[in-house]
Amino acid sequence: MNKVIRYVLADLLRNKTIICYTILLFALSISVYSMEDNYEKGLISLLNIVLFVVPLMSIVFSSIYLYNSSEFINLLVSQPLKRTNIWLSLFAGLAGPLSLSFFIGVGVPTLMYAFSNSGLILIGCGLLLSLIFVSIAMWTSVLIRDKSKGIGLAILLWLYFGLLFDALVLFLLFQFSDYPIENMMVALSMFNPIDISRILILLQLDLSAMMGYTGAIFRDFFGTGLGMGITLGVMLLWCLIPLWLSVRHFRKKDL
Amino acid sequence: MIQIQHISKDFGKFKVLKDINLDLQGGECIALIGPNGSGKTTLIKSILGMVVPTAGDILFDGKNIQQKWTYRNEIGYMPQIGQYPENMTIGQVLDMMKDIRKMPEDTLDLDLFHSFNLPALLEKRMGTLSGGTRQKVSACLAFMFNPKALILDEPTAGLDPLSTEILKDKIKKEMGNNKLIIISSHVLSDLDDMVSQIIYLQDGNLIFHKSLHQLKMDTGTDKLSKAIAHIMSVSSPSK
Repeated sequence: MNKVIRYVLADLLRNKTIICYTILLFALSISVYSMEDNYEKGLISLLNIVLFVVPLMSIVFSSIYLYNSSEFINLLVSQPLKRTNIWLSLFAGLAGPLSLSFFIGVGVPTLMYAFSNSGLILIGCGLLLSLIFVSIAMWTSVLIRDKSKGIGLAILLWLYFGLLFDALVLFLLFQFSDYPIENMMVALSMFNPIDISRILILLQLDLSAMMGYTGAIFRDFFGTGLGMGITLGVMLLWCLIPLWLSVRHFRKKDL
Repeated sequence: MIQIQHISKDFGKFKVLKDINLDLQGGECIALIGPNGSGKTTLIKSILGMVVPTAGDILFDGKNIQQKWTYRNEIGYMPQIGQYPENMTIGQVLDMMKDIRKMPEDTLDLDLFHSFNLPALLEKRMGTLSGGTRQKVSACLAFMFNPKALILDEPTAGLDPLSTEILKDKIKKEMGNNKLIIISSHVLSDLDDMVSQIIYLQDGNLIFHKSLHQLKMDTGTDKLSKAIAHIMSVSSPSK
């Protein structure tokens, strides 16, 4: 199994896009932290960039890479290798470099400038988001054979998680503003890993005081150890379920 | 060596293979013949586990191959169109395969590697290779690990006459080593002096599986190409 990981890693660690991504994140983090005198303000600016860029890069880059390596995958499948191992190696080979880029680009500057609880949560969320969106890309690219459709779907999914979902939530909030829907909001946020990350980090900062009653409910849930545990579990499920579905499908796929 | 039992394969509504039964033994060189789209490549890919049949079983050395992978150690496969990662060099592809198969260096069969003069091309990237050179790399990889069964899908397509002769000599040599060789090809003149058995597929149906000698007797011809032309002209009006 680790043979295939080694070839994918050797290919990706020299990949220009990955190197550019790392440098871009690093430059952004350094400039944001040195512009703001208060590290919390820096974290919030960086948070918005991270929640936007990391999922986009993870899902689109992984989809393109998987479609471009279809020949490589065909070649491996005709060799004495277990299909599950081939697929999991590809996941590890993609998730590793992308998480490493994030850690070098955002993690290291954050540890230097904003070493705090909220900083650590930002790093953790960014790493998990990288894994989650690679895993979603694995699933969509195994389902859809056509390259352009597959990459289109990847971009659509990113739009959905990044923008459309929030618009839907806002719509619901206004429609049902007369009812006590705060608890439902907590449940609803679990359906979007980007939202979970955003709420988790904002709650670590003093900003949550500005979020009114819903903010208080969020604080009650996410602030406790149990709430944090559940949230972490949900994030891991977001990573594992698409990956598991993709493995299940890949084992029976005709190549 | 390979038993194919009631194999069917559907791609959606389209039935590519319909209830195929075959028993293939070592020491034979078997030609897989049929018009375009008759299911030859699908049958080959089913044996390799690249395509999962809708129904039926394939046994390799008596063991069902479904969801198994170790049996592929015993198969050398030369695909119709060799697909390799574009940015790897020939040397890297060969190294990767050696790494996957884990065979000691001194037991490798490097005949084709040298006779195709691949050592001179090791630094070339796969993306820059011509179709013929890709075929040479595929052929070299198929024979390199001394497999018990060789599956060659259109092996001579794209090869120059000299290389075709080298490959044919190699195939004949391996036949003597009690190996099972399956060749799918449209170049019947190439097959004539190599194969011992013929499998004819049409529209996913197995039309016949008999020895070359028997086929020539049945059709009253002395060349494979004439025999096949005879079969095709008899079977087409019935459609």
